[in-house]
Amino acid sequence: MQEHDMSWVRTEMALAQAAPSSERGLGAWVRKNLIASTGDTILTIIGIVLVAMILPQIVNWAFINAQWTGPDRTVCATVAQGGIQPDGWTGACWAFVNAKFGQFMFGRYPLEERWRPILVAILFVALLVPLLIPRVPRKGLNAILLFFALPVVAFVLLLGGMFGLPYVETPLWGGLLVTLSLSFVGIAVSLPVGIVLALGRRSNMPIVKLLCVIFIETVRGIPLITVLFFASVMLPLFLPAGVSFDKFLRALIGVSLFAAAYMAEVVRGGLQAIPKGQYEGADSLGLSYWQKMGLVVMPQALKLVIPGIVNTFIGMFKDTSLVIVISMFDLLGIVKQNFSDASWATPQTARSGLVFAAFIFWLFCFGMSRYSMYTERRLDTGHKR
Amino acid sequence: MASQEILREEPSRGSFINDPRVRGIFFQALVLVLLVAGVWWVTHNVIANLTRLHIASGFGFLKGRAGFDISESAIAYSSDSTYFRAILVGFINTVIVAVVGIITATIIGFIVGIGRLSHNWLIRKICTVYVEVFRNIPPLLVIFFWYSGVLAVLPPPRDSINLPFGSFLNQRGFYFPRAMWGEGSWLILVALLLGIAMAWFVARKARQRQMATGQPFPVFWTSIALIVGLPLLAYALSGFPLSFEFPKQSTFNLVGGFQVRPEFLSLYLALSCYTAAFIAEIVRAGIRGVSAGQTEAAAALGLRSGSILRLVVVPQAMRIVIPPLTSQYLNLTKNSSLAIAIGYPDLTATAGTVLNQTGQAVEGVVIMMAVYLALSLITSAVMNVVNARMALVER
Repeated sequence: MQEHDMSWVRTEMALAQAAPSSERGLGAWVRKNLIASTGDTILTIIGIVLVAMILPQIVNWAFINAQWTGPDRTVCATVAQGGIQPDGWTGACWAFVNAKFGQFMFGRYPLEERWRPILVAILFVALLVPLLIPRVPRKGLNAILLFFALPVVAFVLLLGGMFGLPYVETPLWGGLLVTLSLSFVGIAVSLPVGIVLALGRRSNMPIVKLLCVIFIETVRGIPLITVLFFASVMLPLFLPAGVSFDKFLRALIGVSLFAAAYMAEVVRGGLQAIPKGQYEGADSLGLSYWQKMGLVVMPQALKLVIPGIVNTFIGMFKDTSLVIVISMFDLLGIVKQNFSDASWATPQTARSGLVFAAFIFWLFCFGMSRYSMYTERRLDTGHKR
Repeated sequence: MASQEILREEPSRGSFINDPRVRGIFFQALVLVLLVAGVWWVTHNVIANLTRLHIASGFGFLKGRAGFDISESAIAYSSDSTYFRAILVGFINTVIVAVVGIITATIIGFIVGIGRLSHNWLIRKICTVYVEVFRNIPPLLVIFFWYSGVLAVLPPPRDSINLPFGSFLNQRGFYFPRAMWGEGSWLILVALLLGIAMAWFVARKARQRQMATGQPFPVFWTSIALIVGLPLLAYALSGFPLSFEFPKQSTFNLVGGFQVRPEFLSLYLALSCYTAAFIAEIVRAGIRGVSAGQTEAAAALGLRSGSILRLVVVPQAMRIVIPPLTSQYLNLTKNSSLAIAIGYPDLTATAGTVLNQTGQAVEGVVIMMAVYLALSLITSAVMNVVNARMALVER
């Protein structure tokens, strides 16, 4: 007689059944996402019509009909306009961008000296990339090199006039070089100045507070163009006769002050979000004002407002294009200046040049916003529900 | 007892250098001294420079003859008008483009923002592409794109593109029929104002009745009937005084009708497209900020999806939306100063011309700053009122 145990315990999980066929595959996805209801179907049809109208035109213009290389305007003009293309042709004139690429990057920087901005760009990338990757060690040294050593090296290399490098005056600079150097200095200056302004606005000293409020609110209330006007028209009046500022420096001051006011408001938002207990806790530990702010409050506050800070950076990067109104030629300015080049004047030139500039701006801004989203997720140490 | 006496004694603070109050006063005095010295130095330099350049300071120059033409003007202006009038023309142009741009940007922004939350995959993607493209491009580039990339390469007036309602599009802008108001048209305006007032009154009464008895009233359709119907009635009663002047082809140009210049058109389109992308993100964040529990509770009460959106989600979302929306409106107003780059005569452009002609740099920049500050303050005051009405009423 054999003892038979009737009880039975399953040792492994039963395999899940496959979802019903109506919930699987392409059909289910289409039913759920495109034709869930009558209204949805109508929207989908409108969307398809829109895409079908626009997308082929863009692809045709930018890739299929586009002219990639060529010596002058004839490759991008129709026969009626004095070129070689059949009548009715429309396509991007990338040949124009190709021919002017050096100018778009460096402006009128002398050809034989262009290795200098290229070297600075390589150094910049070599210092920036390890700083952006969280796993790479020695962040402190890296940041010091990037924000303190690199500006000095870049200043010497780009401007020259010492160590046997020929002097290149700033009116010759242009293109992406100007855009990037303006934004880099603007970013490096506006964050600390903005933090100081935000602290001043929340300070207990009435005079300091009042001055900070007046500065922040005035600058935020007026357009950047007015600030640039101010920097280019009024600064010379403010200085003793004979003393003059470089135009590039004036633009730098204008852009940095402008961004600092916006940065101050972003940082203030972060400061206000820190509970009072944190301030009081730091006080009760006997920390001084700067220790309290630097060790307890700021690290928490800045972490909270990373999206806002990056948004301000992006805004400033885009705003550098306004220096065109004080006749400096950043990327957009130099592209626009080249429209008037008679050997490339065709109906397609302006469009192609602007689309190229837009693409470069877009790459930088989109990259910044994506990196900030990544950092935000990484630093999100709060409790998740 | 003795120990209490000791406690009551003022504890020794050590050196007065470490007293935060003394330090505060010292630092503020230092800042003040530096500021006064800086202002004195700057004023001194400005006065010296102005005397050297033989420029009289003060706003007296505003009465002088302007001597330059302005291509677009809502009020009577010629080169014989004063500098003041020139700046006024610029100011009005700024206000026009800002108001029209704000309205358009809000409409596009709300559509795209809601589209990004749609259940429809295709609509969601189209709206996302729109936002990501326009958010990451400088507004000045968008303006140039419309101006040199799109409008400048349209056909010349001879081959104008015909659009519906007798309007035309060509290199020189957009032409549409001009309304000619005849005798007795004021009646239509009066009727319109009356219609709006009555609609407001009906809405208030209906709301009170619904609060008291729970009976709804078709406010929307009544208002439409009042606001559209009354002016139409007045139009018929006053004997159809409205006629249209259509733009016509002549040898070189289109004559008649109302012309919208390409400068205005490109500025307006660019500002609307650009700001709409930001408004879309704000609207999306606002709607996402209303917790799902609210929607579910409303559904549990038996509201339909349209009513849920209108009565539960949107009123709460607006509280989140309005403050950032205000700053977008301010941004659009300030960005309208980019007009100078394509030659639309806004405030910055006209004041800049005046500044260059007279050399009155300080006064010119002060006028610009004051006007933009005033515009900003007015816009934020209006939006603060709206915000206060929308804000959460807490016990």
